[in-house]
Amino acid sequence: MSWHRKHLLTLEDLTREEILHVLDTAESFKEVSTRSIKKVPALRGKVVANLFFEPSTRTRISFGLAAKRLSADTIDFVSAGSSTVKGETFKDTSKNIEAMGIDIAVLRHTAPGAPKMLSECIDARVVNAGDGPHEHPTQGLLDIFTIREEKGKVEGLNVLFVGDITHSRVARSNIWGLKKLGASVGVVGPATLIPKKIEELGVKVYYDLDEVIGEFDVINLLRIQLERQRQNLFPSIREYSRLFGINGERMKRAKPDVVIMHPGPINRGVEITPEVADGANSVILKQVTNGLAVRMAVLYLVSGIK
Amino acid sequence: MAMKRILIKGGRVVDPARKIDKVTDVFIEGGHIRQLGSVNYQAEEVIDASGLVVTPGLVDMHVHLREPGDEGEETIASGSAAAIAGGFTSVACMPNTKPPIDNEASAEYVFLLAERAGGANIFPIGGVTKGLAGKELSEIGQLSRGGAVAFSDDGNPISDAEVMRRGLEYASMFNKTVISHCEDLSLSGDGVMNEGYVSMVMGLRGVPKAAEEVMVSRDLILAAFTGGRIHIAHVSSAGSVDLVRRAKERGVKVTAEVAPHHFTLTEESVRSFDSNYRMNPPLRTTEDLEALKKGLKDGTIDAIASDHAPHSEEEKDVEFSFAPNGVIGLESTLPVSLTELYKTGILSLSELVAKLTCNPSSILGINRGTLGEGAVADITIIDIGREWVLDAGKFRSKSRNCPFNGRKVCGKAVYSIVAGKVFKLD
Repeated sequence: MSWHRKHLLTLEDLTREEILHVLDTAESFKEVSTRSIKKVPALRGKVVANLFFEPSTRTRISFGLAAKRLSADTIDFVSAGSSTVKGETFKDTSKNIEAMGIDIAVLRHTAPGAPKMLSECIDARVVNAGDGPHEHPTQGLLDIFTIREEKGKVEGLNVLFVGDITHSRVARSNIWGLKKLGASVGVVGPATLIPKKIEELGVKVYYDLDEVIGEFDVINLLRIQLERQRQNLFPSIREYSRLFGINGERMKRAKPDVVIMHPGPINRGVEITPEVADGANSVILKQVTNGLAVRMAVLYLVSGIK
Repeated sequence: MAMKRILIKGGRVVDPARKIDKVTDVFIEGGHIRQLGSVNYQAEEVIDASGLVVTPGLVDMHVHLREPGDEGEETIASGSAAAIAGGFTSVACMPNTKPPIDNEASAEYVFLLAERAGGANIFPIGGVTKGLAGKELSEIGQLSRGGAVAFSDDGNPISDAEVMRRGLEYASMFNKTVISHCEDLSLSGDGVMNEGYVSMVMGLRGVPKAAEEVMVSRDLILAAFTGGRIHIAHVSSAGSVDLVRRAKERGVKVTAEVAPHHFTLTEESVRSFDSNYRMNPPLRTTEDLEALKKGLKDGTIDAIASDHAPHSEEEKDVEFSFAPNGVIGLESTLPVSLTELYKTGILSLSELVAKLTCNPSSILGINRGTLGEGAVADITIIDIGREWVLDAGKFRSKSRNCPFNGRKVCGKAVYSIVAGKVFKLD
């Protein structure tokens, strides 16, 4: 199949075939990183702008490196908050950057819908690098890529997300992608951090991790933020860790070949103990490596270059 | 000019206050209704209303006119012009201006500017509390003398139950209604849309219906306890409709209004991330929309009000999460209501007109909303068959934040008449 989209805004929008096409394209790009000269000329002469309106380290570096490996020129714009310090609106900032002649805008923003808004106000192609708690499509794709690599398939697998589902763009993108590829998805976490109506996405909701952990082939741990405790969404890190943290003891109840994932950055000793994070079941660093290949594939596909 | 003798000939006169719905003439003299019926008076101006509907001048009991303070968004003059263009001859404006309408002089100021504008009647709603801060009662007696027709802190909901209790008691001395924007701020938090399936998918913070319903419950209990009159502004949820219905059955002095966007649109619209679908309370679900229509039909909901809330383009044209709440409605309320409630057969024409005329007039205690002989000649003439497309670019309001822009509607005001002063609309 061929790819027709100008933008990658959500996994909700993508069809099963489109998702598989990105994953297959990423397979071929993964090989580039193993060469002695880790570069292909696919996007030579193109400009990729990384627009980060919210702090991010790994996603920004990953996109930046992905663009460079495709031989694109890159520019970085980093600004905290809704608009720039001088009071310029998001739209004005974006149009100014576009006027410099960019071809692809990679956007990280705190507000859900900002990438869609950007795609409607500039001519460049837009890739969503995370918009608030809405979606983080490349993270979803790289997680699914990693699952497929580890398990040889996605269809029929049982995948569990643990923790703060309400504020997780990673969970949302993964759920759309995994369901489209035929996986079963469960979520477990504090009732205060699981959004109402999530069952309507075809997801099963659990509250007792020990009871269900043995049923899953993949466990994706979400980062818990201390800010949520101040919002009274859980009583303490200690209790969170006891109820939902993955440790060696809990791993004994899991399938021996369970795949442990985390989008990072991890809170050692909170969501996950060091022995599990660094253990044989963990693919946390492979996710980062695969992220590069997936982002190369996405930049290449949205560029429209054949 | 207002003293001119005017004959409105051959229109279908709908005056729900007097249960009139028939084709007849209306004769106006000295700015008042002289007589209904086929008459042979000498008129200086004859308006041919054949094929048109003639109603008492429409009343919008919930608008924000932004003056003083935010004149870039709306002024009393532009709001007045927007009202006239939308068929409204009277509006009641909320006190959340800068400074707020919380004293006699600021109420008088509204009348002064309204008179200068020379369009619609503008009735100020006074703040229940000083500075709308929810702490100390404002001078409700003095404000009433200055012309305040009702009392509300509107968008700054009164969180302190004791303050609401005293406000209801004190306002009842002057036979005034307290209008409550029911929202438990601790539950609504920094939510930006209805909490439900769509907010879950979009990762937008939700406002649960419970935030409204908890406060509706409290206010109904306080109204029953004090004997005061409570009016629930912009009811948005099925649960609120049910609470009001049951309170009415128990004899609580409660009335309620609904805004056109709440009975027409749902949270699904927010999927566009267009901030013209952001308001407070937020758009709910189909189930709520149906309950609101049922509440309109069975009389639980007394009035339709726009909650006209102008915002500048630069304020609204930002990320959905950062946009202010509020949409304009003075120029869309009548056509949207006719299209959604009358054309669909949910309300009869007389039932719909009542919710835009005599019912809000009675809640506010203003002598408007009927075509009885001797009444002030405030009249709206409507072409209920006119199909057209709402174009916010052509609105008389200074702001453009209309969720119905581009919508096909049926029905349009063609004349607004205020105390015998005729505004022919295009």
